[in-house]
Formats: sequence, structure tokens, C-alpha cells
Amino acid sequence: MRTIILKTASAYLLPVLLLFSVFILLRGHYLPGGGFVGGLMASIAFVLHAFANGLSNTKTLIRFHPGFLMPVGLALAFLSGMAPLMFDLPFMTGLWYPEAIPVIGSLGSALFFDIGVYLVVIGVTLTIIFTIADTI
Amino acid sequence: MTQQLVLYPLLLQLFLSIILMFSWKRISWQRVISILGGILNLGVSIWLFAYIWENGTQTIQAGNWEAPFGITFVADTLAVTLVLLTSISGVAVSAFSASSIIPARLKFGYFPIFHFLLLGLIGAFLTGDIFNLYVWFEIIIISSFVLITLGGEKAQLEGAVKYFTLNILASMIFLTAIAVLYGLTGSLNMADLSIKVAAIENRGLVEITAILFLVAFGIKAAVFPLYFWLPASYHTPPSAVSAIFGGLLTKVGVYALIRVFTLIFVGDVFMQDTILVMAILTLISGGLGALIQTNLRKVFSYLIICHIGYMIIGLGMYTEVAIAGTIFYLIHDIVVKTNLFMVGGLIYRIKGTNNIKSLGGLYAEYPRLSLLIAIPLFSLVGIPPLSGFWPKLSLLNAGFNDQNWWAMGAILFASLITLVIIAKVWSNVVWKDKVELPKRINFRYFENLNKTRKIQLVAPIVFLSLISLYIGFGAEHVQQLSTRVAGELMDNQQYIDAVFKTGQNLKP
Repeated sequence: MRTIILKTASAYLLPVLLLFSVFILLRGHYLPGGGFVGGLMASIAFVLHAFANGLSNTKTLIRFHPGFLMPVGLALAFLSGMAPLMFDLPFMTGLWYPEAIPVIGSLGSALFFDIGVYLVVIGVTLTIIFTIADTI
Repeated sequence: MTQQLVLYPLLLQLFLSIILMFSWKRISWQRVISILGGILNLGVSIWLFAYIWENGTQTIQAGNWEAPFGITFVADTLAVTLVLLTSISGVAVSAFSASSIIPARLKFGYFPIFHFLLLGLIGAFLTGDIFNLYVWFEIIIISSFVLITLGGEKAQLEGAVKYFTLNILASMIFLTAIAVLYGLTGSLNMADLSIKVAAIENRGLVEITAILFLVAFGIKAAVFPLYFWLPASYHTPPSAVSAIFGGLLTKVGVYALIRVFTLIFVGDVFMQDTILVMAILTLISGGLGALIQTNLRKVFSYLIICHIGYMIIGLGMYTEVAIAGTIFYLIHDIVVKTNLFMVGGLIYRIKGTNNIKSLGGLYAEYPRLSLLIAIPLFSLVGIPPLSGFWPKLSLLNAGFNDQNWWAMGAILFASLITLVIIAKVWSNVVWKDKVELPKRINFRYFENLNKTRKIQLVAPIVFLSLISLYIGFGAEHVQQLSTRVAGELMDNQQYIDAVFKTGQNLKP
């Protein structure tokens, strides 16, 4: 499957897809999108890169084992859930920063939960796909 | 501090899983973290239990959404009792796993997954929302799939396929049942459902939904016509995994049955009769199945099925005495079954086999260990004053009050058959002359282990045996607890009031 067209295109597609996945992640609170879909898109970007350039190149590009993103994402989601406990509110209560921030919009603990999901999904998907690709 | 206490055991398990995932490659750390975390979790569970015992049912609305809309976590006496038992079994199995699970399995994330399983169990016990219950069930079965296949031996995969198929089927039926129930009432909160289901005119539809729930939880709890996946799969994974499966996994099904049929579908005579018949057949068929098995762990697997019957039969009779007997049996059974599978694992470590026919001479070689093993074995039969005796007494008492001779006959028959089986196991494994077995190469025998590993294998068995002894000799306390739980279950209003308590929502 190593064609020059795909290889050239993937070099441009990787950053575009990653940016788009972040966009999807950020708009997810009120509109369709969110951490899960965003994470899937980001992992598709890497899978496409692996298709075009070979798995080992993608692995060197990522630098660390994608499985490491799972505990990081889980920890982030966990901490965002725990944050309200410091204000004597139940677990997972949404905390919001009062003023909106340009580009991102309102900032709240829900966003960090979503980023956690995003990382976990990337970690899980890439671990699964890389493991399967390794064994074939 | 205590305001959020209900969620602490849950959050602690999640925290432990995350920490364990961070130390993915460092197995020796994982062992220490898992055991220490287990002890800490036991402490938190005791704290929660003591708090609920003093102050009555507590609830927390996750995310601060009001009761019928958000997800409520309810800690009533039944839930915290089971959380406490989960923590007890959890810490015992953690220590047992540290020694008995081979490093090749530990390297692939045994401990993180194990704590995810405990998270799922605790979540299932604490949640007050039926869809959330489904989600916890999913967490439980996904973790258990990983645990049952970890290592990838042929027998394991064969068992896992059966386990997987039936459990997925049960989950689908459960989900369908929730959908139908939501269509009928427009609510998922169990306290809210309790009120709304009682008001529905079309009782036929309610009954069908109840049957869907019965089938779904029946598969998970392994009751009479739906149990065949259990003996086909529970003997295949390592014994530490079987211990947590045998001790807790089927009991979640029983817990769900108890919760749903005391809170949502109440006072339906047809359902009670169905449950009663299923329970009687479970008692008989499980017992007969265990009689002919020669693999120690298969014997225990069939005994799980047989003894699920005791728990369901109390639910079928549906009187306060019977429910108290059920709860007492549940408490006794979780401890004893976890212990039994660990005993099976220990015997396997000593002898290199689990086949009753080739075992023997344990008493001559390890007299003190044999006496220790006697405690869970004879607690299971319920030789007075050991722990199995008291709940059976309650159940018989309830059967007698109802003049329910069939139920009484089944209880007595199953007790007798358990006695026969345990006597057979005892005489074959412990008393019989030693059978010379060929030494297995590449097998870490018990005698070759270093001292720490030996302690890690025996200490959990001692710990759970002591708890079994306490349940037997301190039966008065446990009976008091069971009666209180039965009282709470028979009187729904308490649960509903706790969930809809005014001023519950916390304002920032």
C-alpha cells in the first residue's frame, strides 16, 4: 500500500486531522462531538500515517508507547471529577470559570474530563491497532 | 468529609487502577500497591459501614443533578454490607494473587484489571439507577473477560467463549428490559421506578418486564435452567481469578435480583412462585452436578450453583424471616466461596493437580494447613456452630412458617448433598493415603517458594477463615444485621425517602 500520493498526502493530512480532532473535542459540550469522537479522529490520523509510511515510522513519530495515554487520560478525567470535592460538591459536579475565554469558550471541569476521554480513546485505539498490525 | 463518604470506596478503586496502570511494567510495585490499597479500601469500607449503621441510609447525587434525573448513589445497609464483603474478599485475593499469579500474567495488567473489576462490583452495589447498574455490569464483565482470558491457554479460551456468549446475551436482555421499563415509566431511577411501576394499570406488561429482568439476572447469578456456562468456565482461569469470580461475580446477579424484586416489582405472586420453583430446581440440580465431578474446582463451581438456590429461595418466599436468611446466606457465602477457590489454588500449588482421585495425604504432610482448610469446607456445609448453619436455620424457619414443604425439602436435600460432597472431598484430599504423583517440571511447588510467597498464599486463607468463624460464632451480630437489611428491603419507603430527601442537593 505504499504509494507516493498517499505518502505525500498523509504528511499534510496528519496535522490537519489532528487539528480537526481538537476542534471536534472543543465543540463537544453543546454540539455534536466530544472527547470520544475527537479521540477516534486523532487515532485515525496516526493510522493513516502508519498506512502510508509504515508502522515503525509512526512509532518513532509518536516517541512513546500510545498505551501510556490511557492512565494519563484516566487520571485527568478522575481529577476533573474529584475537583468539585474540594468545594464540598458531589463527585463530577460541573465547575465553570465565570468568564468565557476566546477561542475555547467557557472553561469548566467538564472540558478536562473530555480531554481525559480523548487521551484514553487515542491510547486504547492505537494500542489495539498497533498490536494487531505488529502480529500480522 | 463524611458528606461524600458513599463514593469513597468507589473512587479509591478507580484511583488504585490508575496508579497501577502507571506502574504497568513494575510488577513488584503493583503487588505492593494492590495489597496496601486493598487494606486501605477495607478501612474505608468499614468506615462507611459504621457510618451507615449509625446514621441510616445515605445518598449522593452524582454531578449534583436532582434525584429522578441524575444518577443517585444509595448506601443502604445491604449495599454497604456488600461493599464491605467485596473489600474483604478483594484484599484477600490481592494478597493471594501476588503470590499465585505467574509474572507472565501480571505483566499484561492483571492488577489494574482486577481493581477495575472491584470498582465495577462496588459501583453495582452502590448505584441507585437502573441504567447505571447496567453500566457497572458492563465494567464487571469487560474486566472479567480480560481476567478469564489473560494467559491465553487453550482451556481458558474455551471457557471464556462460553462465559462471554452467555454474559453478553444476559446483558442484551437486561438492556432490553431497561428499555421496556423506560418506555413504561419514563424513569430510570430505582426509587422513582418503585413508585411509578406500582401505579401502572397494565400488569401484564409489568410482569413481562419482570420476567426479562429475571432471565437477565438469572443468567448472571447462574440459577437453574441458565447456569450451564458457570461450570464450563470457572475452573479454567488461575485460582485467584476463580476466587473473585466464585465469591462475588454471581452474587452481583443475586444482589440485582434482590434489589429489583424487593424495590421495583413488589408483591407479584406469580413472580414469587416462579423464583421459588427456580430456586428449588437450582438447589437440586447444582447439588447433583457436584456429586459426579472429580476436579476440585469443578466441584466448587457446581456448589456455587447449588448454593445460589439458598439465596434465591428466600426471595421466592418473600417474608421478612426468609429475606433475612437470604442476606445472611449471602454474607456467609461470599466469604466462604472466595476462600474455597483459594484453598483449591493452594492445594494445586502443593500437589500440582486438582484431580480429587490423584490427591491425598495432605493431613500427613501439612497437618496445620489441613485444619485450616477444614474451616471453609465445614462452614460451607454448615455444621453448627459454623457459619453455614445459621442462615439455613432462618430459611427453614421461614419455610415452616409458610408451610412450604417443597422449599424445606429442597433446602434439607441440598444441605445433605453438600455434606456428602464435602465429606468426599475431605476424605479424598486430606485423609486418603498419599498418591505418588510424577513431579512436574517448570512448576513452582509450594515447598520451593520463599517465605514471603508462602505467607501471601496462606495468610488470605487464614484471614477469610477467621471471618467465617466470626460469622459462625458471632451469628447474633450478623443475624441482627440481616434482620435490619430485611426490614429495610421489605419497607421500600425508607429507600425512596432517602433518595428524594428534600434539601439533598448541595449548593455551592
